[in-house]
Amino acid sequence: MIRVFPFFLEAAWVTIQLAVLSGAMGLACGALGAAARLSRSPALRFAGAAYVSVIRGTPALIQVFILYFGGPQVGIQLDAFEAGVLALGFNIGAYMTETMRGAIISVDRGQTEAARTLGLSRFETFRSVTLPQALRLMIRPLGVNINALIKGTALVAAISVVELTYTAQRYIGSTYKPFEMFLLAGVLYMAIIYVTGLGVNWLDRRAALR
Amino acid sequence: MGLDFTVVPPFAGALLTGALWTIAITVSGAVLSFFGGIVFAVIALYAPLVVRLPFRLFAWLFMGTPLLLQLFLIYFGLIQIGVDLPAFVAGVIGLGLHFAVYNSDIIQAGIRAVDIGQYEGARTLGLSRLQTLRKVVVPQAIRSVVPPIGNNMIALLKDSALVSVIGVAELTLSSQMAISRTFRPFEFYVAAAACYYVINLGLEAGLRRIERRIQIAR
Repeated sequence: MIRVFPFFLEAAWVTIQLAVLSGAMGLACGALGAAARLSRSPALRFAGAAYVSVIRGTPALIQVFILYFGGPQVGIQLDAFEAGVLALGFNIGAYMTETMRGAIISVDRGQTEAARTLGLSRFETFRSVTLPQALRLMIRPLGVNINALIKGTALVAAISVVELTYTAQRYIGSTYKPFEMFLLAGVLYMAIIYVTGLGVNWLDRRAALR
Repeated sequence: MGLDFTVVPPFAGALLTGALWTIAITVSGAVLSFFGGIVFAVIALYAPLVVRLPFRLFAWLFMGTPLLLQLFLIYFGLIQIGVDLPAFVAGVIGLGLHFAVYNSDIIQAGIRAVDIGQYEGARTLGLSRLQTLRKVVVPQAIRSVVPPIGNNMIALLKDSALVSVIGVAELTLSSQMAISRTFRPFEFYVAAAACYYVINLGLEAGLRRIERRIQIAR
């Protein structure tokens, strides 16, 4: 177990990179998706709803495969890591769209009405009244999305990205110690999730103070 | 190389068979995760400490690690200690246990939300502890937790794609087999995604019907 530990640490670093990059992309997709779903334009609303419905209605693994194996047919050549980040980010973005939209619409309508009555423009109302309150509400549920994303990074083992699950599988095959390898990878996953959870708690507390 | 979706129809039969396997895995996994979730919830709430503590560790491990890793452990890991499960069985057990742990969390909350007076009343009327749980508390708890458990079943359907990795010939693996003969990954993965989407719509419609019936019964 000590012999394989450095390889697991290296793999954990790849998992962290996958999670951070696709998490950032997911937040961007989520913000755009939520903006589209709440926009005044019916076309944008439809596009946002279609994005959420298609991505949440099909398996993430298939989405990864379409991008990685099917991409070259439509002129998109990516290596496994890049395809993994893009597919995972686009996937979690659909879930984050719903999280962000939920937080925004759960801000009391009276707030918007009052701000508009006081003469703020639609944009100003959103920026200085609705958004600050919504951001506070979305920290915890976004944390849940990120938690799912961290575990979801395991999917890219299927396109041979050498991350934690791929590494664990390889050593399950070569060491004949399945439970030890599972525990080793499991502990590293939980360490990553634990630290992320601390970060989410910290953000949540900070947001509550103001 | 342009896209040509006419390569898909000759494999429609194979994809349909795969889709039926996907439905079979999803239904078996969902049933296992539902009843497993009830058993786990009762263990977590009522079992003596010597049972509860190891269970907590197991639940913590299963919630904190990826499903794919658990499938590898159950399928490749158990073979090495001499338990050779068929891939289908390993897949159902993996999916079922994984989602049972999540369902258990939801059902625990449902059980806690059942008024304590119900429990006391049933015990006063002479029902045993187990009878009270089975006939009074759990049925009421289940009713309030159907929507979140339904969400888990939808997640289970999509995660059933993962069992292709351990060699179950469901929808994902069927499309991979068609791809290995035609070299057309884009077309077949999109076709598979469309099949999943349709199954998903069917599942959502079914869950909505169940939710409505339960609401009327209340």
